[in-house]
Amino acid sequence: MADFEPVLLRRILKNASPSLEAYRGDGGYKALEKALNTMTPQQVTQAVIDSKLRGRGGAGFPTGVKWTFLPKGHPGPIYLCINADESEPCTFNNRILMDQDPHQVIEGIILSSYAIGATTAYYYVRYEYGDATRATQKAIDECYAAGLLGKNIAGKQGFNLDIFVHRGAGAYICGEETGLIESLEGKRAWPRIKPPFPAVEGAFRKPTIVNNVETMACITHIVERGADWFRSIGVPPDPNNPRDNGSTGPKLFCISGHVNKPGVVELPMGLTVRDLLEKHGGGIWEGKKAKGAIPGGVSMGVIPDTEFDMRLDFNGPAKYGCLGLGTAAVTYFDQDTSIVDVLYNICRFFEHESCGQCTPCREGTGWMHKIVDRIRKGQGRYDDLKILEEVGDQIGITPGTTICGLADGAGWPVKLAVRKFRSEFESYIKNGKKTHSLTLVGAH
Amino acid sequence: MGVLSEKIVADIKALLSRYPSKQAVTLPALHMVQDELRCVPLEAIREIADLLDLAPSEVHDTMSFYGIFRDEQHKLGKTRLWVCRGLACAIRGGEDTLATLCDKLHVKPGGTTPDGQITVEFAECIGVCEGAPAVLIDDRGRPDVTPDKVDGLLAELRR
Repeated sequence: MADFEPVLLRRILKNASPSLEAYRGDGGYKALEKALNTMTPQQVTQAVIDSKLRGRGGAGFPTGVKWTFLPKGHPGPIYLCINADESEPCTFNNRILMDQDPHQVIEGIILSSYAIGATTAYYYVRYEYGDATRATQKAIDECYAAGLLGKNIAGKQGFNLDIFVHRGAGAYICGEETGLIESLEGKRAWPRIKPPFPAVEGAFRKPTIVNNVETMACITHIVERGADWFRSIGVPPDPNNPRDNGSTGPKLFCISGHVNKPGVVELPMGLTVRDLLEKHGGGIWEGKKAKGAIPGGVSMGVIPDTEFDMRLDFNGPAKYGCLGLGTAAVTYFDQDTSIVDVLYNICRFFEHESCGQCTPCREGTGWMHKIVDRIRKGQGRYDDLKILEEVGDQIGITPGTTICGLADGAGWPVKLAVRKFRSEFESYIKNGKKTHSLTLVGAH
Repeated sequence: MGVLSEKIVADIKALLSRYPSKQAVTLPALHMVQDELRCVPLEAIREIADLLDLAPSEVHDTMSFYGIFRDEQHKLGKTRLWVCRGLACAIRGGEDTLATLCDKLHVKPGGTTPDGQITVEFAECIGVCEGAPAVLIDDRGRPDVTPDKVDGLLAELRR
């Protein structure tokens, strides 16, 4: 197979300027021109459905199908929210797109707004991404000046769109789409009970589509090159499973942790965790061996190196018990890393970020954090592993005890770590082993 | 005379047309106030509420949900330094960076130096994982801040 040629990172890899002029010089806004002159909004939506694009934010829901959930013939307004609250630990692909090639994303936003009939798009960016926010705002300003935003965009009578950047305030839960909507409305980011789904009743009680930044960038290329091109990349849907949407299109993978070459790479889905490490991450640092990895952001679970044959597509991780592909951010840790420390870090994160609305999540994440903390201090009890697994199994939308999926993501790494690395946990509890590799400062 | 400057009042009013509800301007307004005053005083909450037709408790409810905002008792220093303790940074020495910073500045995480120059905090993943261990200087990411680079960073911030 010929080497895959990056599409989403094409301009970034050659250090192209993020300016509108440079973007246009590279063929930018040709997709918008094509859509406005030759395609109806329905045809754009159909192209996205045909491409089998699945949302890049973590859940992997088919984007075009999501769009069809909007009520037909709605008088408006319909809102588009761009989810740039990229807060899943170890994930940074959206930041790179916004920072270094903001127009690619904005073109996708304009195309998507055209398709779904939105006249206002809210670009919700996490506060921590200051530089990316400023790069995006600058690009939006350029678009207004060039007639690509505002009224009668690019000369198309009656096609109006405003994009407003809205800064978050440091809360992981705002990445949950209804949490994001609540936050946008100026409230605490407590996720809503669904249904109604945002497509029916979302921001300001109007039909709303929430899509990820990388998803928007994909839309640009689907319109430009066609659904067939997009579908030809990656893993096609399983013909024997009508519910499988496959894993099509280019995908950004974040590589971090104990590797020689951390960074973001663009590849077709379906490669293994091992290939990502060895061919793209430069192997484990300091000549060491890998002990395991987090396959897609910390909420997806954790695997030992014996499971590095796992394929990184929308179906692969589940075959090893993981929650899913998540954000496709893979973090590797070396042989000297304590799994108890890794899990402690993850549990601390989720206790900090649980929004507190649902009791099982608010209390469960606290329990798990406390229990793993005492294990790492050599004070673990024999029952602790059982309690950890029980809590991990009982919190979340999968068992039906919480409103949103944060708790699933909090419980998943806990139960997988305990099941896949049980002997190491037991050695802490039996022998009173303690870990000092992580300093305790900040652990409060 | 309130605590909100005329400019902030004008900037808040200018945002109202962007959203179908006034309440949606809550977060932008809180950011503006904190950027200028390095905290959000109670009086500012009342004035924001007044501008947005809300009860002060509604503004406070939103503000207190987000860890980013500080009240008058916990005013930020001139620079806010966030040290990432997310997994990718932690396993590459992020917590050592935090410990070193706290040692050198004689503050606990969340604290501010007595001269009001630097506030040190831990942050959950800041999305600069390719440059772990990373920090945020206010809202700008800085990669590869290992403990041995802490002195240089502090000198730079104090210049």
